[in-house]
Amino acid sequence: MSRQESIKMRGDLKLISPWIAEGTQVLDLGCGDGTLLAHLQVSKGVLGYGVEIDETQITRCIEKGVNVIEHDLDQRGLYQFADQQFDTVIMTQALQAVRRPDVMIDEMLRLGKQGVVTFPNFGHWRCRQYLSLRGKMPMSKTLPYTWFNTPNIHLCTFKDFEALCETKGIRIVNRMVVNEDFERHSFARMWPNLLAEFAVYRIERA
Amino acid sequence: MSGSFPADSVGLVRPHIQVFEEPLHLDCGQVLDKYELIYETYGELNAERSNAILICHALSGDHHAAGFHNQADKKPGWWDSCIGPGKPIDTQVFFVVCLNNLGGCNGSTGPNKVNPDTGDLYGPTFPVVTVQDWVKSQVRLADMFGIDVWAAVVGGSLGGMQALRWSLDFPDRLKHALVIASTPRLTAQNIAFNEISRKAITSDPEFHDGRYFEHNTVPTKGLMLARMIGHITYLSDESMGEKFGRELKTDDFNFGYGVEFEVESYLNYQGKRFSQTFDANTYLLMTRALDYFDPAADVGGDLVKALARATCDYFVVSFSSDWRFSPARSEQLVEALVKAGKNVSYAEIEAPHGHDAFLIPTPRYLAIFSAYMKRIAQVLSL
Repeated sequence: MSRQESIKMRGDLKLISPWIAEGTQVLDLGCGDGTLLAHLQVSKGVLGYGVEIDETQITRCIEKGVNVIEHDLDQRGLYQFADQQFDTVIMTQALQAVRRPDVMIDEMLRLGKQGVVTFPNFGHWRCRQYLSLRGKMPMSKTLPYTWFNTPNIHLCTFKDFEALCETKGIRIVNRMVVNEDFERHSFARMWPNLLAEFAVYRIERA
Repeated sequence: MSGSFPADSVGLVRPHIQVFEEPLHLDCGQVLDKYELIYETYGELNAERSNAILICHALSGDHHAAGFHNQADKKPGWWDSCIGPGKPIDTQVFFVVCLNNLGGCNGSTGPNKVNPDTGDLYGPTFPVVTVQDWVKSQVRLADMFGIDVWAAVVGGSLGGMQALRWSLDFPDRLKHALVIASTPRLTAQNIAFNEISRKAITSDPEFHDGRYFEHNTVPTKGLMLARMIGHITYLSDESMGEKFGRELKTDDFNFGYGVEFEVESYLNYQGKRFSQTFDANTYLLMTRALDYFDPAADVGGDLVKALARATCDYFVVSFSSDWRFSPARSEQLVEALVKAGKNVSYAEIEAPHGHDAFLIPTPRYLAIFSAYMKRIAQVLSL
């Protein structure tokens, strides 16, 4: 795991864990190596399932004793899960990489009572500065890809996401904004769309 | 002694026969008063009897899953790729039991054995047994070993159906079910292929209503044809193309109907070899057991409901080019398991070999299979 990934993982654990109740059912979309679910299984006794497409990550999940289902959720959807089967459906750092984030959010709230999503903020001042000064698509530690070869095909700002939620009648239960080290910061909380790098949203149907 | 075998082989093994005197009530209503099961074991049963793995075989399989029967043996057991020291089912960790199912033709009581009541071969009078009957008979084998709980019941294809059935009929007696290249029920197309195989056998003039042994003959042609059809469904278009393409056995077209293409030659060879070693009545019985398997049928076709009583963890594996029991069939099972709130992991292995892929040591298959088995060992502190 790279330093970036391990910080992200610790951040996810720290930020998401408090929102998961004991003994609930959790679906983690794009669960990676299963660290979050393994943690929730031990600390919260959840019944968790991860959906993953990367074969190496799938094996890592199995080594950890995490339920993992090999499935291309972006290409094939989530038809196999029942309505309101889960208490929480989680998608960390992947919403910007799916073909239809709006449909994905609908699906998350079809399957779960609540959804938890994390994504990078394209409205962060460094992105804005990069684009305005250099006139090129921003690249940074958090967004290290070239515009022509990036998994992040639907980057958005916090404002964009919140506007989408509003049009869909989705209530934002909590929003936590953090810097690149997944730490909370008071300035970032004052002007999140400008100063925060990541956000963790807890959402539900209004 | 075993020095001449590969280091990751269980080496020289021998089968054992166990006689069961307690009557076995079968699904069809008949009762087997007495029966024998032939089995092999690999590895050592630990003092707690917690490291036992049951291997269930598929249509034409038997009790000889790994190792060699003698020094001159060229071919090891049918699942030697996955059973042995350091292999996914590691015999340094686990105690492995594999048997020939009732109705089989390689040593357990079946159509080619003598019916003690009549003194004649059972032949076509051997009752049609089901996957449920097999599991019931396997429970007695477990009892014989003093194994209360299998660490895992493992099987590919028809073997996977037995693992699934175990988890429903005797939920307290296994910790894990590994259902590989299998399906929760046959499709109409699957049954149709089985019917062609059966028709090939029963319409062979040498079949004599299953009493061929009384006429000192064997329905070789029918059995051969059945195997040829079956074999095509075990491979994939891709693997056949790779293996044979349009290669000719002859120098040029002969403008006749003899064997000219390599693929024809291969199928004929496979069919012939099979017809010399396998019993036609057993073939009929095995295909019927496949057709009848449908655990959801008991609860109005609702697989989720059928799975409710299961308590074990599941590992489901499918292979991309398997069109006999395609990945979609495994996904159907996984979907129902998730809806039933059971622990389940699922992997679809990219492999070109069709249904037979579950026997072939594809690196990713071995890696993920090993990872799952290691996790079982870890949790059980083996």
